[in-house]
Amino acid sequence: MKSFRFCFLMLTIAILASPALSDLVLSKVDRRVENAGPEKESLVLLAFPEQQAKNMAYLMATPHEGKGKVKNPVVALPVEAANPKDMPAALTFYSVSLPKGLAEGDSFTFDVLAVFTHALRPIPEQITQADIQLVLYQDSAHYLSPYAVKVQSLSVKLPDSRIESYTKLENTKIHGSEIKYGPYENLPSFSYSPIAVHFESNLPFAVAQELVREIEISHWGNVQVTEHYKLIHGGAQSKGEFSRLDFLARPNVRGASAFRYLVANLPPRAHSVYYRDEIGNISTSHLRGDSKKTELLIEPRYPMFGGWRTAFTIGYGLPLQDFLYESDGKRFLNITFSSPMVELVIDALIVKVVLPEGSSDISVAASFPVEQWQETKISHLDIDGRPVVVLKKTNVVPQHNQFFQVYYHFSQLSMLREPLMLISGFFFFFVACIVYMHADISISKSSASYLAKQQWEEVQAVIQQVQNIISRCLTTHDNLEASLRDLSRTGNIQACKAARKAADGLLKELSKELKPLLTFLQSSPSAAQVLPKVEELVAKERELQEKVMVKHSTVVDGYEKKLGARDIENRVALQQQKLTALRQEVDDLLEFIDEI
Amino acid sequence: MATMPASASDLLKSFKLKTKQQELLIRVSILCLVYILAFITRLFSVLRYESMIHEFDPYFNYRTTLYLTENGFYDFWNWFDYESWYPLGRIVGGTLYPGLMVTAVLIYRILRFLRFAVHIREVCVLTAPFFASNTTLVAYFFGKEIWDSGAGLVAAILIAICPGYISRSVAGSYDNEGVAIFALLFTFYVFVKAVNTGSLAWSLASAFGYFYMVSAWGGYIRFVGFQHVQSGEHMAAMGVFFLMQVFYFLDWVKHMLSDTKLFQAFLRITVTCAVAVGGIALGLGMVSGYISPWTGRFYSLLDPTYAKDHIPIIASVSEHQPTAWSSFMFDFHILLFLFPAGLYFCFKRLSDATIFIVMYGLTSMYFAGVMVRLILVATPAVCLISAIAVSATVKNLTVLLRSKNKVVQTGSTKGSGGSKSSSKALLDQSQPFQKNGAIALLFGAFYLLSRYATHCTWVTSEAYSSPSIVLAARGAHGNRVIFDDYREAYFWLRQNTPQDAKVMSWWDYGYQITAMGNRTVIVDNNTWNNTHIATVGRAMSSYEDEAIEIIRSLDVDYVLVVFGGVTGYSSDDINKFLWMVRIGGGVFPVIKEPDYLVNGEYRVDKGAAPKMLNCLMYKLCYYRFGEMLTEYGKPPGYDRARGVEIGNKDVKLEHLEEAFTTSNWIVRIYRVKPPNNRWWLNRYKFG
Repeated sequence: MKSFRFCFLMLTIAILASPALSDLVLSKVDRRVENAGPEKESLVLLAFPEQQAKNMAYLMATPHEGKGKVKNPVVALPVEAANPKDMPAALTFYSVSLPKGLAEGDSFTFDVLAVFTHALRPIPEQITQADIQLVLYQDSAHYLSPYAVKVQSLSVKLPDSRIESYTKLENTKIHGSEIKYGPYENLPSFSYSPIAVHFESNLPFAVAQELVREIEISHWGNVQVTEHYKLIHGGAQSKGEFSRLDFLARPNVRGASAFRYLVANLPPRAHSVYYRDEIGNISTSHLRGDSKKTELLIEPRYPMFGGWRTAFTIGYGLPLQDFLYESDGKRFLNITFSSPMVELVIDALIVKVVLPEGSSDISVAASFPVEQWQETKISHLDIDGRPVVVLKKTNVVPQHNQFFQVYYHFSQLSMLREPLMLISGFFFFFVACIVYMHADISISKSSASYLAKQQWEEVQAVIQQVQNIISRCLTTHDNLEASLRDLSRTGNIQACKAARKAADGLLKELSKELKPLLTFLQSSPSAAQVLPKVEELVAKERELQEKVMVKHSTVVDGYEKKLGARDIENRVALQQQKLTALRQEVDDLLEFIDEI
Repeated sequence: MATMPASASDLLKSFKLKTKQQELLIRVSILCLVYILAFITRLFSVLRYESMIHEFDPYFNYRTTLYLTENGFYDFWNWFDYESWYPLGRIVGGTLYPGLMVTAVLIYRILRFLRFAVHIREVCVLTAPFFASNTTLVAYFFGKEIWDSGAGLVAAILIAICPGYISRSVAGSYDNEGVAIFALLFTFYVFVKAVNTGSLAWSLASAFGYFYMVSAWGGYIRFVGFQHVQSGEHMAAMGVFFLMQVFYFLDWVKHMLSDTKLFQAFLRITVTCAVAVGGIALGLGMVSGYISPWTGRFYSLLDPTYAKDHIPIIASVSEHQPTAWSSFMFDFHILLFLFPAGLYFCFKRLSDATIFIVMYGLTSMYFAGVMVRLILVATPAVCLISAIAVSATVKNLTVLLRSKNKVVQTGSTKGSGGSKSSSKALLDQSQPFQKNGAIALLFGAFYLLSRYATHCTWVTSEAYSSPSIVLAARGAHGNRVIFDDYREAYFWLRQNTPQDAKVMSWWDYGYQITAMGNRTVIVDNNTWNNTHIATVGRAMSSYEDEAIEIIRSLDVDYVLVVFGGVTGYSSDDINKFLWMVRIGGGVFPVIKEPDYLVNGEYRVDKGAAPKMLNCLMYKLCYYRFGEMLTEYGKPPGYDRARGVEIGNKDVKLEHLEEAFTTSNWIVRIYRVKPPNNRWWLNRYKFG
C-alpha cells in the first residue's frame, strides 16, 4: 500500500480558536514527512473528517521556512482534492504535491494552513443579555492521517483564559489560554481521539450571510465599489429582555456578546465613502485615513446581539490609476476579491465587475476556483448595457482577500459615446424648439380666430416697418441738425446745402415707402385699433419734418446773409421750441405703439 | 417687470435688440431664474440631512409608488394591503388618490427611457419641488391672464418662495398636496383662460386639469362613485349644476317663444314645479338616508369648534386646528397686508378673471382661518392677488418717475424757455414732492419685498426643512447632534422580528412602520375606521391585565411607543395620550377622561391620577425609567420632556417584555409574551 510508505516525523498542530476570529478556526499544521518506503514519492495526502471538510473554507500548504529566516514570499505548494482508492469514505482527502520527489529516507517539512468556518458551536444556544457566551470546539487530539505518525502534538489557543471545560487526556497541559495535548509518539494511521473544549468567547460572531460587491469601472477616472451586506450575529441567540438601561450602564457586562461596530480597511485614497441601508443614511460611522490605508469604522443602527440581523450598504470610490493597468493591448483590473471588513466570515460572496459599455474579450484570473458568469447592467446613458462579470464563492474567509484580475478590451473612443449622446440630445431639443417656434401647427387654417391672428401678425409686421421708417426719418433730422452745428463751427455753407439735398432725397424716398404700408393698415380691419395712433404718428412726423426744414433754411439763410450767430438763434428760437415739443410727442407715440 | 435697471437695459441695447425682444428676454430669464429658485430653495433638507422621505403620510405614498413601479398599474389598482389595519386590511387601490403615484412613476419611466438610471426614491423626493417649479410657471400665466405680465412675474416670484406653499412642497415631502396645488392652479388658470377666450380647447384642458387635480387630491370618479348625488357636501355643487341647466333651458325657451307674456307664465310654472320637486326629492333623500348628512370634517369647516366637541380623531391632528394669527403671519408675511391692497386693485378693474380670483381668494382665506392645513389652498390666491397689488403699485410709481424725468430733461435742454410751461409742469408744481415720494415709496416696496425674501428663506430653512424622522439638536458645544431613533427602531423591526409580526402603536406611526419596518400594523394614518383606533386607544389607556386581553384579541406581537423623556422630545406618546383617552372613550365609555386627570390637570408626577400611573401607556413609556439618570443634578426618573420626576418609578410588566429600546429611548418596543400556561408547556416539551 502506497500510502503507508510515508510517515510523519514531527507534527505540531496549533489551533487558533482564535485571537481575533470569531466563527472561524484556523488550523495550522507543521508537518515533516519522511519517505519510509522504497519508491520515490511526490504526493502527500491530507485527510479531514466529513464535519471539518464541510466547513473548510481555505487550505494552503507552504514549504516550511526555518525560524529566524527572512520572510520572503513563499510559493504555495499545489493542493488538489484527491479521491484515493481503498480509503474510508467518511474522510475527504487533499493531495499536496511536493516540489521534488522524496527518495527513501529523505524528509521534507511543510506547513499546512486550513481555515474552517462555523466550527464553533455556542452552548447554551440561547443566552440572556447578562450571560456570557460559551462555545464548544471539537476536534481530535491525534492527527487523523492515512500515514503512521511518529511524533505529534496539538495545542489549542483560545482567546481568553476562561475555560469552562476541556477533555483531559494523558499529556494534557494548560498554559493560560493555551491547551496542549501531546506529544504523542508512534501513532498508527487513522488514529483518532476526540476532544472538546468549551470556553468563553465574546468576540464578534459577525457573519455575512450574503455579500454582493459591485465594482464599477469608469474610464473617466473612478472605480466605484458598492458592497451590500446582510449580516447576522452568528453566536448564541439572545433571549428574554433587551434592556437599554443595562446596556447603557455597563455595555461590557450586560451585552458582552454583542458587537457594536465593524472596521473596514479600505484602500488608500478611497473617497466619497457612504454608509446607508434600505431606509436611508446611517449617521454612525467614522472615517480615518492616511497614505497607507483608509479606515472606516461603522456602527450598525443597533448593537448586534446574538441572532440579530442587519443589512447595509457601503460604497466608496477609488482612483482608477491605482487599480487599472494595461498589458499586451489589454486592460486589466487588479483589485482585492473579498470584503475590506476585518474579522468577517462570508457565507456567500458575489463579486460583480461592471465594465464600461463597449468592453469585449473579457476574462478573469483568480487564484482559487470561483463560479463565474456574465450579465449586463443598464446604468446612466447606456444603450445596450454594460457587461458584468459575476464571480460567486461560498465560505469566504479573510485569507481569500487576494488580488484577482479582470482582462478586457476597451477602445478609448467609446469613452466619448456618452458625452456625445448628451450633446446630441440637447442639440435635438433645441432644434425641436426652433422648429416649434417657426412651424405653424394650427389645425384649422380657415377658422376666424386663426385668420384674425394671422392678420394681426401681419399688421404688427407692418407697424414694425412703419416704426423703422419713422426712426430713420428721425435720424435724418438728427443729421440735418448735425450739419447745422458743423455750419456754425466751420461756416461751410456748401457742405450744409449738400447735406440738405441728401436728406431731402432720403426723406422723399422714405415717405414713398411709407405710403403702401399706410394703405395696407387702412384696409386691414384688425389694424383699426392702432390706426389712429399710427396716422397721428405719421402726421406729427411730417410736421416735424417741415419744421426742421424751415429751421434749416432759416439758419442757412442767416449764414448766407452773414448775420450774427445771436441773431440767427433769436430767429429760430421759437421754431426750436416747437421742434422739441413735437419731437417729444413723436417719441411718446413711438413708445406707445411699441407697447401694443 | 415694469422696472428695469438702467444698466441692464444699456447692456441689452448693446445687443441691438428691439424693445419687444429685450422685454421677452428679460421675462424669460426671470422666469427661468424663478423656476430654478423655486426648486433649489426646497432642497435645504436634502443638503442638511439626506435625500429621504419626510413625515408620515409621504411614507405611505412612497410605499405605494414602490408597489406601482414593481407590480404595474393593474396590480396596484387591485391591491389589497394585508399589512395595515390588521385584521381588517385595506383596499388600497380603491381608497387612495393615485394621481401622485402615477405622476411619480411616469416621471421615473421617462427618466429611465432617457437613460438616466435613477432610483424611484429620488424621483419621489424631488417630485414636490419639481411641481412647485411648475406652479411658478402657471402662476405667471395666471397672473398674466388676470392682470398683466408684470403681475404674472411678481406672482411667480412670490409663490416660488411663499412659506405657506413651501411647507408642503420641500424635497422629501412626497404628498398629494405637492402635485395638487399645481393641478389646482393649472385648472383655475385654464378655466379663466377658457372663459376669457371662449375657446373649446381651453375648456377641454380645464376639464382634464380638473380630472388630474381630483385624482391627486380627492375623489376621482372611481373613488367618488355616487357621492355627488348622495352626500350632503356635494348638494350645493349639484344645485349649481342644475341651476345652469335650468337657466339655459329657459333661455332657449325664451328664444323659442317670442311672446313675453307667455314666457312669464311658463317661467312661473316651471320654477315653482322645479323648486317643489327638488325640495321634495331632497327631503325624501334626507329622510330615507339616501342622501347622507354632512360629515364631521365638513361641519368643522363651517364651525371650527365642532370637531373638538364631537370628533376627537379630527381634532387630535394638529393640522386640523383653527389657524392662529401668528401662523398666518409666519406663512404669508407681507402678503397678508398686500392681499387687501390687491383686492382693491381687483375691484377697481372688475372682469371675469378678477372676480374669479377675488372669490377664490376670499373663500380660501376663510377656510385657511378654520384649519391650519388649508393655508396651503389659500396661498396661490394670496400670492396672485398680492402680486397684482405689488405690480400695479410699482408700475404706477415708475410711470410717475419716468414721465417726470422726461419733463426735467426737456426743461434742461430748453434752457431759457422755462416760462412756457406745459400742463405737466403745472402738475409738478402742484405736488412738489411727488417725485421724491414716489422714490421713497419704491424703496419702501423693495425693502418690504426683500424682507419677504429673507423671511421666506429663514422659515424654509428653520421650520419647514426638517424631515421629522431624524431629529436634530444642538449639543453642549454647539455641534449638531442627530437623533436617528425612529429609523433605528423601524430597522430593528424589519430585521429582527418575524415576517408576519403585528405591531401595535398609536396610528401616527402606522405608515412609517409599514414602509420602513415592513411589518403589519393595527392602525395607521389613514384613520378610516374610528372603532379600530379607539380599540388601540382603549388598550393603551387600560391597566395591563385588561389591555392584554385586547392585545391578544388583536393578535399583536409587539407594542411600540414613542417616548421623549430622555431627550426632551415633546411630541411623544405621553403628550398625545389624552387624545388616545378621548378617542378610546368616544367609542368605549369605560374609558373616562377625568380618571386620568387631577383637578382637570394632566400630570405624570407623584400627584398624577392613579389610573394614569398604572395604565399601559404609562408603564410602557416609563418602564425602568425610574433608575435612569437623565440630567445632572436631578433625581433618577426625571422626565425631561415634561420637566418632572415621574410618579411611578417601580413599573413592573407582567405580560409584556422590553424587546428593544433605541439609543436615546425615543422608541421603545415591547414583545407580547405568550400566555403563561402555554409558555410553561412549551418549555416542558422542548427544554
